[in-house]
Amino acid sequence: MLSVQDTNTPVTFSPELISKFADVVSRYPVGKQKSALLPILHLVQAEFGWTSVPAMDKVAEYLSIQPIEVYEVASFYTMYFLKPQGKYMLEVCRTGPCEIVGASKIMDHIENTLGVKEGDVTPDGLFSWRGVECLAACGFGPVLQIGPEYTFYENLTTESVDKLIGDLKGKANN
Amino acid sequence: MARKLLLEHINVPGINTFDVYRSKGGYAAVEKALKTLSPDDVVEEVKKSGLRGRGGAGFPTGMKWSFLAKPEGVERYLVCNADESEPGTFKDRYLMTYIPHLLIEGMIVASYALGAKTSYIYVRGEMMPQIRILEKAIAEAKNKGFLGKNILGTGYDLELYVQPGGGAYICGEETALLESLEGKRGNPRIKPPFPAIAGLYGCPTVVNNVESIAAVVPIINEGGDEYAKLGIGRSTGTKLISAGGNLRKPGVYEIDLGLPVEEFLYSDEYCGGIANGKRLKAVVAGGSSVPILPANLFLKTINNEPRLMSYESLADGGFVSGTMMGSGGFIAYDEDQCIVRNTWNFARFYHHESCGQCSPCREGTGWMEKVLHRLEYGHGKMSDMDLLVDVAKKIEGNTICPLGDAAAWPVASAIRHFRDEFEWHVTHPNEATTRNFGIAHYADPLPKLEEAAS
Ligand SMILES: Cc1cc2nc3c(=O)[nH]c(=O)nc-3n(C[C@H](O)[C@H](O)[C@H](O)COP(=O)(O)O)c2cc1C
Ligand code: SF4
Ligand code: FES
Repeated sequence: MLSVQDTNTPVTFSPELISKFADVVSRYPVGKQKSALLPILHLVQAEFGWTSVPAMDKVAEYLSIQPIEVYEVASFYTMYFLKPQGKYMLEVCRTGPCEIVGASKIMDHIENTLGVKEGDVTPDGLFSWRGVECLAACGFGPVLQIGPEYTFYENLTTESVDKLIGDLKGKANN
Repeated sequence: MARKLLLEHINVPGINTFDVYRSKGGYAAVEKALKTLSPDDVVEEVKKSGLRGRGGAGFPTGMKWSFLAKPEGVERYLVCNADESEPGTFKDRYLMTYIPHLLIEGMIVASYALGAKTSYIYVRGEMMPQIRILEKAIAEAKNKGFLGKNILGTGYDLELYVQPGGGAYICGEETALLESLEGKRGNPRIKPPFPAIAGLYGCPTVVNNVESIAAVVPIINEGGDEYAKLGIGRSTGTKLISAGGNLRKPGVYEIDLGLPVEEFLYSDEYCGGIANGKRLKAVVAGGSSVPILPANLFLKTINNEPRLMSYESLADGGFVSGTMMGSGGFIAYDEDQCIVRNTWNFARFYHHESCGQCSPCREGTGWMEKVLHRLEYGHGKMSDMDLLVDVAKKIEGNTICPLGDAAAWPVASAIRHFRDEFEWHVTHPNEATTRNFGIAHYADPLPKLEEAAS
């Protein structure tokens, strides 16, 4: 079931973020600013790591729409996180074409290496992982991506996954 | 070697930049169209080319364009469908990554033909790197006077924007895509009205796949008649095939439509055969939504004729012994693959991606997933196969959008062609998860027609 994690932590949108919002809104005809909702939610998530209720409420205010119009969108699409995730969210494609070249093995390996189940966050807050659907790279599977830039890794092996996790740990500790 | 129209320059270093792309003849189609052709002339060339939509449905592009309503004083829109999420399909991502200006050039020409002043490329949100690539290409093109106000001094104005999705396969369906672009949930609309009459913001709109738009560039450069000379019959031109699964050389290939399936699969110019010296068991020819075929029926039609990579030949035999071109997502399964497991995986996918508006799709995909799960894990019953076929039939044709059909066909076809493998899962519950049924007779030569009939 989808649920949104409760939080009262207020959010403030920086002037830089607001100017990015404005740039998005300028792409649509006057009065159609709601079209900016999906891109703006991506910007919010890139900034805060997830889309919390206070953040969604502020987005609604910014776009002059009802909060429910934001919630229903954030909960419909798979990319928006309704609770905090690890700093690095490893999203592994689990659909048929990747599965026949070993996606399950990669997910099992990630689960064992990180020691957390799908959707959970490691105690140090660095990692979480989940299976996602076809990422349009089926010829190069297994594949995974990491937001918010959606950096892409192809032809995964257990060794390349170990190296990736090691590199990310190193990066986080610097 | 066949001529490449879309990927000819894909390996040229720097082809993702405006200058290199231009030095290879890029943007000539914009110059030709805007300076020497009327919008209707462009539509006419595309009609003559016989180009059929590359997003999956194969609807003639020129005809679609000519249906666009043109009421006075109402905006018209062109929206490019770059949502590419059909399992097995990865050509659009490839094209946008390596030769983004081809899509931008196609968008300018197509927008001119349709009289659009603002156009959008709706890219699935996961393709953030490709979104950056396209935004950079747009900025370059604008800087060089190919976008914005008064393009090349012709008086034509066009703004082009990239819109990210939020992660939902259903947004590839064109009316769900338009809902999403309006900032809403991706629930497909009931048609009619079709987007050509009431699309984005209620205005007349054309939605086209990335590859369809890109193909407009060679069509304008060489003329529709020249394009139509390539290919076979009503399958004109070239097609990008995303080749994945257990192949020696997976990747994106541009083929002349009509290429024999066997050559595509086994020649070194293309897939190079099955990986690790294994044998071919089954093929999904056009993305996960199309019927799966056993190797023998895929390589030859039921009349024992070699099958070709064309809309007509792949569909030869209807759903009894044929399949569909779909989006060109080609998935090869070797002898070690389990068809039950794969069918369950696809059913899980469709259940996950159902938008939930129609009960047959929302509930039916869930039932199919559950029943297939129990079959795969050795808890199935002999009656499950008929149950699955029954559920699939009740979804098919009873839903708002074709996702319901897309979920039903893979299940129905897997049971039609691989029933003994499903039955084996029931009769061998302990082995169902520890070993595979194998290749059985699925790669055997086809029986003669007379034998098949008896
Ligand atoms: C569930 C579903 C998903 C689809 N996904 C895509 C897609 O990712 N890309 C695409 O171009 N067309 C997709 N389509 C087809 C579109 O609805 C539409 O037919 C197509 O974009 C039209 O472009 P074309 O005529 O150039 O092929 C999908 C259709 C359905 C029913
Ligand atoms: S068929 Fe499925 S995906 Fe399509 S509108 Fe109905 S419920 Fe939604
Ligand atoms: S199935 Fe994994 S990228 Fe398509």
